[in-house]
Amino acid sequence: MTTAHVIRGTAASQAALWLGIALAALAASMPWWAESSWMREFVEIACYFIFAMMWNLLAGYGGMVSIGQQAFFGLGGYVMLMLGNFAGINPFVAIPLAALVAAAVAVPVSWVAFRLQGGYFAIGTWVIAEVFRLGFANMSAVGGGSGTSLTALRGIEKATRESLTFWTALVCVVASVALVYLFLRSKQGLALLAIRDNEVAAESQGIGVQRMKLAVYVVAAFGGGLAGALYFVGNLRISPDAAFSVNWTAFAIFMVIIGGIGRIEGPIVGALIFWALNKFFSDYGTWYLLGLGLLAIVVTIFFKRGLWGWAQQKWGWSLFPTHRHLSD
Amino acid sequence: MIETLLQGLLLGGLYCLFALGQSLMFGVMRLTNTAQGDFIVLASYGAISATTLLAVNPTVAGLVLVPVAFAFGYALQRFVLSGTLGRDPLPSLVVTFGLSIVIQNALLEVFSADPRSIESGGLATHSIALPGDLAVGALPLLIFATAVVCTAALQWLFSHTSLGRAFRAVSDDREIAELMGLDSQRIFALATGIAFMVIALAGLFQGLRTTVSPADGPLLLLFAFEAVIIGGMGSFWGTFVGAMVLGITQQIGFRIDPGWGIWFGHLVFLAVLVVRPQGLFPKTRG
Amino acid sequence: MSSTLLRAQQLTAFYGDAQALFGIDFELHAGETVAIIGANGAGKSSFLKCLTGLLRAPREAISLDGQGIGGLPPGHIVKRGVAMVPEGRRLFPSLSVQENLQMGAFARRPGPWTLERLFKMFPILERKRHDPGTSLSGGQQQMVAIGRALMSNPRVLLCDELSLGLAPIVIKEIYDALPTLTGEGMSVVVVEQDVTVAQRVSQRVYCFQEGRVALQGRSDALTREQISEAYFGLGSGLSLSEGHP
Repeated sequence: MTTAHVIRGTAASQAALWLGIALAALAASMPWWAESSWMREFVEIACYFIFAMMWNLLAGYGGMVSIGQQAFFGLGGYVMLMLGNFAGINPFVAIPLAALVAAAVAVPVSWVAFRLQGGYFAIGTWVIAEVFRLGFANMSAVGGGSGTSLTALRGIEKATRESLTFWTALVCVVASVALVYLFLRSKQGLALLAIRDNEVAAESQGIGVQRMKLAVYVVAAFGGGLAGALYFVGNLRISPDAAFSVNWTAFAIFMVIIGGIGRIEGPIVGALIFWALNKFFSDYGTWYLLGLGLLAIVVTIFFKRGLWGWAQQKWGWSLFPTHRHLSD
Repeated sequence: MIETLLQGLLLGGLYCLFALGQSLMFGVMRLTNTAQGDFIVLASYGAISATTLLAVNPTVAGLVLVPVAFAFGYALQRFVLSGTLGRDPLPSLVVTFGLSIVIQNALLEVFSADPRSIESGGLATHSIALPGDLAVGALPLLIFATAVVCTAALQWLFSHTSLGRAFRAVSDDREIAELMGLDSQRIFALATGIAFMVIALAGLFQGLRTTVSPADGPLLLLFAFEAVIIGGMGSFWGTFVGAMVLGITQQIGFRIDPGWGIWFGHLVFLAVLVVRPQGLFPKTRG
Repeated sequence: MSSTLLRAQQLTAFYGDAQALFGIDFELHAGETVAIIGANGAGKSSFLKCLTGLLRAPREAISLDGQGIGGLPPGHIVKRGVAMVPEGRRLFPSLSVQENLQMGAFARRPGPWTLERLFKMFPILERKRHDPGTSLSGGQQQMVAIGRALMSNPRVLLCDELSLGLAPIVIKEIYDALPTLTGEGMSVVVVEQDVTVAQRVSQRVYCFQEGRVALQGRSDALTREQISEAYFGLGSGLSLSEGHP
């Protein structure tokens, strides 16, 4: 009788890991040689990317499609600002704290949101985000509808602040990728994949489906809050419309769909493509957005597994293997 | 107080028109149209263009718009949305979301962000006196009446016609319906076409009642959605009632503070979701 | 010698990459009742799905009156006179009894079957005509499902597991209605797990096993041993006790 071995990695993924580490090291050195505009751009893309990663986790792995994740993005931003401006906490320290608050808030929110399923769950989360937006727009302590500034970083010199923000963004990106990757390769992650494939069968195997869903929702909220707090540390100014705009989710959806949902490398590929499109076409304003929308429609209808998923199927690529296959 | 209630009911009439198309499409195809509001805005601009370019009055514009909307909806389902149907809600969500962005930006390009409205020739300001010192606007009353007629018509269509039977059968069990000889793609396209006829009316009235701008869509979607959920899925009269509740709630909110109307509506919606998630008048369906 | 009405030749079928049928040869003559027996997963339902167009098949692998019908859309096949009573009844929950029956008439052909005639055959249904289809008992639902198939006036009636989940006395009542249909010349294919019932109501029997025809012959000529061998794919000659496959 032969024993089967479970293979987790591929040669390509090993190479990618080393490449990733090298890139991260290179990026970390950027404040000494790169222009400040590059670093600002990186921070912005980092926020988009983390948000997209979390959306991918929620929808592609948790099976919950949400158009309201911006609720946690904005919440993270506002909590960070309030901790910084009112509680005297260093905003960089406040970033993970704000993320924790977002995660905590996600629990009572789920009691409401989980009443709905499928497409209506998606819109329901949007309503909840709107409630958040209107709530903060009515809070005069943070400037109401017109928003306010992050004063807590006033004392720091610009170059230092930008470097710190950049490094924080880099850490957040690496941490988010690592978090999601390790989570999905763990036993919990395997359970999640089982649920995604067949919820009823998973339940009958003793996997607590509702608990898993809540866990994923909370993790996604944490990531969303992290991205939001980070963004407004970089932006220095917050307003309800910017913080809770549905565009955040729109861009996340775009990145994930283009890259391929339910794959870890999906948001990475999607973020790169998005950054490139942004660089060349964002000056075209409405036409650019229109093009993005059309692209998302076309990819959804004709490339059901995203462009990366299509490449994966065609050429067998896999950078972040979460599948295990048997060898004999 | 009665005045507020009355205003709320009339506002509910408009929300009912927003919501009926949504209810229909979800009921037959389990499809969530996140571009519902944007299509309503598109219809408004269609009516605006018709009245200004063709120099016709709103009624004629409406008569032209409704069949055009039917054809548009039919084609949209047949050629764009049909590939997205299935157990996974994501494709239809992303495609309609993408359509939402496309429509908003296209309208922005063509019409700019300035709010526009339809010349109503006095209809918008005309009011009718009621007993008890009350007065209602003629336009809101017309909208309310239209909502009642549309709801009744849809309900009748579903319960008493063979097309309605086909709608119900295909939504219950698509495979067996096809076994009986139904062409499910054609049925879905018909349902979407009808939904878009109501959307056309909703757009026409919205443009008459107030100003529209390209970014208005998402908010209208939320109103439609809230009306459907509050009323209970699977029933047109349920959607009607849900719209009434939403309208009244918002009016009460507006009365208390002009900035609170919409928020009140959201809160009531969430409350219904927590307390009675199946809505007020659900049709139990598997 | 009655003519061959429905024929399958070397029929293969797949669900995605999984093969369900491995070259089925099958014949149904005009006016006869043929039973298909076999264990779960033997391919009986898949076979019926091919016959009705719910599962893809090569055009000429299935022929009705000599004309290839494999792979045609279900609506076309119903119009040519092949109707199915699906496994598990599958009535439309949102439709009443009468509306369920009316759905069957969507692609109706000329013929004697009308609502009135059905109600005469199954009087209980007339009393419950406006009730939701799924509020009826299992046996009554089966009557509705059969009626729904009859409303299209088929020449060939395919019955998938009529006895599933029903009490023996109800099964008897249902199958007692069959001769009324066959007496008028309708050809019937009965898929059954209950071998005794299958042998009783049919003239010929096919036994499917893992997507293949393991045995076929006249119902009154096949022995218990032959059937159980074919059913289970064993060569040990297990004996069948009454009523158990």
